[in-house]
Amino acid sequence: MAAILAVDDSASMRQMVSFTLKGAGYQVTEAADGQEALTKAKSQQFDLIITDVNMPVMDGITFIKNLRAEANYKFTPMLMLTTESAGDKKAQGKAAGATGWIVKPFNPDQLLNTIKKVLG
Amino acid sequence: MSIDLEQFHETFFEESFEGLDIMESGLLELEQGEVDLENINTIFRSAHSIKGGSGTFGFMAVAEFTHDMETLLDQMRNGERQVTELVVETLLGSVDVLRNMLNAIRDGSDIDVDSVAEMTVSIKGILGEENTAPATATKAQVSGVAAKGWVVGFKPHIDIMKTGNDTVRLLRELNSLADTAEVTINNESLPPLSELAPEECHQSWRINLINGDVSEDDIREVFAWVDDECELTIESLAEEENYIGPERRDDDRRQKEPERRKTDRRINKPAESSSIRVNISKVDELINMVGELVITQSMLSRFGEAEDFNAATIERLKDGLAQLEGHTRELQESVMRIRMMPISFAFQRFPRLVHDLSSTFDKKIELIMTGESTELDKTVLEKIGDPLVHLVRNSLDHGIESPQVRIDSGKSEIGVIELSAFHQGGNIVIQIKDDGAGLNKEKILGKAKEKGLVTKEEGLTDEQIYDLIFRPGFSTADVVSDVSGRGVGMDVVRRNIRELGGAVEVKSTPGEGSVFTIRLPLTLAILDGQLVGIGNETYILPVISIIESLQVKTENINAVAGNAEVYRLRDEYIPIVRLYQIFGIEPVSTELDTGLLVVVEAEGKKIAIYVDDLLGQQQVVIKSLETNFKKIEGLSGATILGDGTVALIIDIAGLIELYQKDMAKVVPIKGGGIAA
Repeated sequence: MAAILAVDDSASMRQMVSFTLKGAGYQVTEAADGQEALTKAKSQQFDLIITDVNMPVMDGITFIKNLRAEANYKFTPMLMLTTESAGDKKAQGKAAGATGWIVKPFNPDQLLNTIKKVLG
Repeated sequence: MSIDLEQFHETFFEESFEGLDIMESGLLELEQGEVDLENINTIFRSAHSIKGGSGTFGFMAVAEFTHDMETLLDQMRNGERQVTELVVETLLGSVDVLRNMLNAIRDGSDIDVDSVAEMTVSIKGILGEENTAPATATKAQVSGVAAKGWVVGFKPHIDIMKTGNDTVRLLRELNSLADTAEVTINNESLPPLSELAPEECHQSWRINLINGDVSEDDIREVFAWVDDECELTIESLAEEENYIGPERRDDDRRQKEPERRKTDRRINKPAESSSIRVNISKVDELINMVGELVITQSMLSRFGEAEDFNAATIERLKDGLAQLEGHTRELQESVMRIRMMPISFAFQRFPRLVHDLSSTFDKKIELIMTGESTELDKTVLEKIGDPLVHLVRNSLDHGIESPQVRIDSGKSEIGVIELSAFHQGGNIVIQIKDDGAGLNKEKILGKAKEKGLVTKEEGLTDEQIYDLIFRPGFSTADVVSDVSGRGVGMDVVRRNIRELGGAVEVKSTPGEGSVFTIRLPLTLAILDGQLVGIGNETYILPVISIIESLQVKTENINAVAGNAEVYRLRDEYIPIVRLYQIFGIEPVSTELDTGLLVVVEAEGKKIAIYVDDLLGQQQVVIKSLETNFKKIEGLSGATILGDGTVALIIDIAGLIELYQKDMAKVVPIKGGGIAA
């Protein structure tokens, strides 16, 4: 089953994402900020990255930019969790190499539907 | 798939309250004129997380309210808005409103709608938008319903794969929309194989979607993520069927608003937090320890099965048991560490408190906090909050003088309150220090006499006079303010701290200030105990209270008034407490020189406890007498010893009080009766 890296500084969001994905049979690894996520992504190959944008230490956009530069992650889908109001964040994220986004707030079903799309 | 989101609520509330505390302390820093971008960012992130979480978990009222705060913070962060006092004050107020909202939701009570509305107006006032609809309530635009079908032209840019997007995925998704899809691929721009870079996309597609209830928005939705990475045309089948050049699409596509859930969902959770957040490394350590324990256990169990049990196996058995002891202790320490939390949880409310109170009292105060990362037991931490608040209020109200008085007495007009925490010999020490006027001895004595707390003043040391402020019914405030000075303060502070197994004392220098020192045990569950024997009974004294144990030299015993005895130890006279008398036990001997004296100290007072024998030291698990039986003066609990017998644990401070009462029956309390 696909391995997913879920990155969010909010523990409740992380729990929710992780619980939902595990329930659907995915392997989920959690990280609390971009830096931690980057370290984890380099030590293990993931099939999908889901990351929050606003995080301490390293934000989601910087994280995507750094990870996209890794040879192993050239084509890996990377989704940002973002709010509607952050239109320019979407553009910044895309420029950094994000595949797409999931708009907050979302519920578990929306999350799973989106993920099924990218993981096929 | 349906997932009960309620299971994440507890975590959400916990982190939201943490977020609010972070915002509050950040805002207070801003108020002091330190405009630091990282700080604003941190505040923004907290608001943003609360907004995101509350939206996701269905607390729409919170999400809407936070949205405006976030907008304001976003402007500050982007430098579009000046950080003025008004803005900071408003945001601080919003933090309070938000905290009340979250509390109300958690406890299942009603949100104070008026205060929310009022604060929303204030924020919107700053934002310059009045009565605008909540910005989160943007509706998806509904465009024309499906015609017979659609012709979709899709020409990705050659780099489309580099963001992890995949044309196959997009086409598959498009296909799933309609009953029938006819796909034509255009390979014209495909370079010869020798020049073909496999990471580039050179094809374009034309898809005829026939039938199916598909709207133009549905199709745009499929391509939403690659909006800027392709040329997309969408035409109704009924119209022109020719492929027309690329067309930039407008930007009004918005995600459909997720279904809103009710905000007034009732959750019946206790307000006191029942969960604890533990660093993963602490858990790993624990699992590691348990692993070691299992290994030791399997090693030991081999001896139970061994047929030939001889001297050699006994040696190995001893080794095994020693190992087991080590592991048990380490495991115990690791488990204890899980309950440990940094004291910053208790400290973080003080900047706000001091800020608010300084304006109430018209005093200028600087608050310095050190040792915030000192860890102590979660239960102790939760219970120490209120006594600390009282002491800080007290220092602010009674300790620090008004700016004018300070200037007149040659001090800086800004008073300093220092809050510090540190470890000292197995205890946690918290100090509240102010550079105010110090305690007024005459005033305290006068008041104490007036209240009948003391009858004679001569012979009382300074410490004993200062200690009077902890007596019930004592207050020296000239004017009873709403903050302190109701005379129910300090005694409650001392009682609460004692209940935690701790002690509080005060030192003061006139004109230079006062220091309140609180000593707390690291944990409430386990105690390093000294076992002592009296007759057939075993009692336990807390090792931290013991100063020394000694054999009695009869020439050092002095009998004073009545039947009181004191022991001269170097230059001090220490009252002798015969434990068998207090607890009514038949001792082995009543002759002082046949037994031992254990000198103990609590709250600055020393006594020498007369016991028959010292039996050894060990860690004991404290079982509450109160929950299992009832509270008994002079005892803090009981424990079960290795041999299965029950031993009572002595509460030194309580014992001293008990002794004083006993003596008072014979003679009135005499100054100097207790050596300080």
